[in-house]
Amino acid sequence: MAEDVKAALQARQERAEGSTAPLIRLENVTKVYRMGTVEVHALRGVSFEIREGEWVAIMGPSGSGKSTLMNIIGCLDQPSSGHYWLAGVDVGTLNDNQLAEIRNQRIGFVFQQFNLLPRATALKNVELPLVYSGNAHQRRERAIAALEAVGLGDRIHHRPNELSGGQQQRVAIARALVNDPDIILADEPTGNLDTKTGAEIMELFRKLHEERRITIVFVTHDLDIGRQIPRHIWLRDGLIVADERQPAEVGEDGRNHDAG
Amino acid sequence: MTLVESFRTAVDSLIANKLRSALTMLGIIIGVGAVITLLSVGQGVQRFVTQSIQSTGTNLLFVIPGQIGDEGERSTGLTLTLEDAEAIADPRNVPDVVGVAPELSVGARVERGRVGRRFTISGVTPDFAQVRNFNVEVGRFIDESDVAVSARVAVLGADAYERLFPEGEYAIGETIRVNGIPFRVIGIMERKGGNAFGSEDDNIWVPITTVHNRLFDLRNRRGERLVTVIYVQVIAEDRMEQATEDITRLLRERHNIRFRDDDDFSVINQADLVAVFGQITGVLTLFLGAIAGISLLVGGIGIMNIMLVSVTERTREIGIRKAVGAKRRDILLQFLVEAIVLSVLGGALGILLGWAGSLAISNMSESLDTYVSPGAVMLATSFSVAVGLFFGLYPAYRASRLNPIEALRYE
Repeated sequence: MAEDVKAALQARQERAEGSTAPLIRLENVTKVYRMGTVEVHALRGVSFEIREGEWVAIMGPSGSGKSTLMNIIGCLDQPSSGHYWLAGVDVGTLNDNQLAEIRNQRIGFVFQQFNLLPRATALKNVELPLVYSGNAHQRRERAIAALEAVGLGDRIHHRPNELSGGQQQRVAIARALVNDPDIILADEPTGNLDTKTGAEIMELFRKLHEERRITIVFVTHDLDIGRQIPRHIWLRDGLIVADERQPAEVGEDGRNHDAG
Repeated sequence: MTLVESFRTAVDSLIANKLRSALTMLGIIIGVGAVITLLSVGQGVQRFVTQSIQSTGTNLLFVIPGQIGDEGERSTGLTLTLEDAEAIADPRNVPDVVGVAPELSVGARVERGRVGRRFTISGVTPDFAQVRNFNVEVGRFIDESDVAVSARVAVLGADAYERLFPEGEYAIGETIRVNGIPFRVIGIMERKGGNAFGSEDDNIWVPITTVHNRLFDLRNRRGERLVTVIYVQVIAEDRMEQATEDITRLLRERHNIRFRDDDDFSVINQADLVAVFGQITGVLTLFLGAIAGISLLVGGIGIMNIMLVSVTERTREIGIRKAVGAKRRDILLQFLVEAIVLSVLGGALGILLGWAGSLAISNMSESLDTYVSPGAVMLATSFSVAVGLFFGLYPAYRASRLNPIEALRYE
C-alpha cells in the first residue's frame, strides 16, 4: 500500500475515534419530481445518520425511493427540502461545481452497469477521477495501486470488452477507490453478476471495509446480499420503515464472520 | 482539469473514433483546400496581369482613339495620325518624351507555300522595339531606310513564324505574300507571351509607311495618315502626369477640339491599367474565395452535426465523467476542444491539399503561376478555428448541461 494511502487511513481512523459527528446526516429529506403535471414524491421525509466506517445497506422494493436517496447521498441530486450534511457540509447549499468537487473528492460510485468508458483501458478508467481532481502527481502510480488492490494488477491495459463482468466491476471499484474517498456508494453492485462472481465482489468489499475502514453504502433489494451487511435501512414509499443492525452475523469488532 | 488535460482527452476520443473523425475533417479539409487553391489562382491571375502590363515597357503611355468609358458614344473610327505622333515626339511640344512609336494594325491574308491564313499586320517605326522593349530574336528589326522607301520587308512574331514555317526552316530572306504582295522576311521577334492586349506573338511587323502605301491607305479627311495607337515612353515615372497633360493639350489643339467638347482620344497610363485590371482580378479573387468559403461553412455544419451526434451517443460517458467529478466547464471544454482539434487538423491538412492543388494548376497551365500567399493561409487557418469554435460551442454546451443522473441512466 502506498505511503499516502496509509497516511490517509491513519487520519481517517483518528477522525473516527476522536469525533462523534456523523459522516452522513439526513434530516427530514424530501424529493419531489415533477413529471408533466403530476408530482411524484420519491422521498417523503427521511432522517438518519451514518458514522464513519459503517457499512450500511439501503433496502426496499423498487419504487421505494432508494435510488433517489442514493443520488442525494452521492451528491448527484439535491433534496427538495430538508438537510443533508456530508462531513459537516450542508450539501443543499452547494452549487453545481462544488457538488462535482465533492463527488470527486469524497465519493466513489460503483454501479450495477459498471459504467466504464468502453474505449479506455482499465488504467485510463481508474485514472479518470484523478484527471478531474487536477492532481497529476503520481496519477499512474495511484491508479495502478488501486487496480492492484482489487486484484487486477495484471489487467491494467485491457479494455472493458476484454474483461469479464466481475473484472469490470473490480475496475469500477478501483476507480471508486482511487481518490481515497470517504464513502463508497454501490448501487446493486452484484446485480449483473452470477452468484459466484457476486460473492467474490462482496468479499472484495468486505476486505476493503476491514482494511481501510471505508464507509460503504449499498443500495440493494437482494436479501442474500443484505444479510452480509451489518446495518439495514428499509425504505417503502419514500419513508424509512426500519433501521436495524444485525448483531447475530456481525462480531463485536464490526467484522462479518460467517458470510461468503 | 487543465487545458492540456482537455486536449489529451479530446485527442484520445478522436483517435478512438478514427473513421468518424476523418470523415468529419473531410468537410474542413476540402473547404480549406478549396479556399487556398482558388485564392492562389486568383492571386496568380492578378500577378500575371500586373506583370504582363508592366512587361509592355517601362513608363509607357498609350494614346488611343476615342474616349474610354462611354461605350455608346465612342466613335469607332481612327482619329490619331502619323503627324500626331511626330508632333508628340517634338521636345518643344512634350519635353518629357524619350520615344514615340505609332502603330497601325490591320488584318490581312498571308501566304507562304501551302500555308495561308489571316494575320494581324502591324505597321511600326524603328522606335517600336525600344519603346515597347520588344526585340528581334533572329535577323534585324525594321530600320529608318525601310520606312523611308516603304520597303516590302516583314518581321515575324514567334507564333507567326511557327505557323508560316511549320518545319522550322530558316526564314530570313524567304518570301511571304501579304494580300498577294511579296514581302521578304528580315527578322523573327522574341517570344513575349500574353499581355493586357492579348498575345502579340502572332503578329507580323512591317514598316508603317508600307501599310499606308501598299496595303491599306487609311487617311483622315485632311489626308493625314491614320494610326491605331501611339506608344509614348516618358523619361521618368514622376513625369507621367505632366506628359499626359502635355499630350492631351497638344492633341486637342491639333484636332481643333473646342473648349466644351470631349477629347477624341485617350491617354492611358500604365499604372491606371494595372489599377483597373487589379480591380477586376480582385473581384474575381473575392468571388472564388466566396465560393470556397461556402464549402468551408458546409464543412463547419458537418462538424456541428457530428458533434451533436457524438454528444447524444456519449451521453452515458458524460454521465460517468460527471459522476466522478467532471464540472460543467470540463465537459464543455472537452467537446469544444474536440471540435477545434478536428477543424484545426482539418485546416492544416486542407492547407496542404490546397497547396498541392495550386501547384498542380500551376503545372497544368503554361502561363499561370498560382501563388499561395501567407495571407490566404492565415485566413483559412483562422477561419477553420472560428468554424470549430462556433459550430462546436452549441454541442459542447448541450453536453455540459446534461443531468448526470439522466445521463447515467441513458441507454
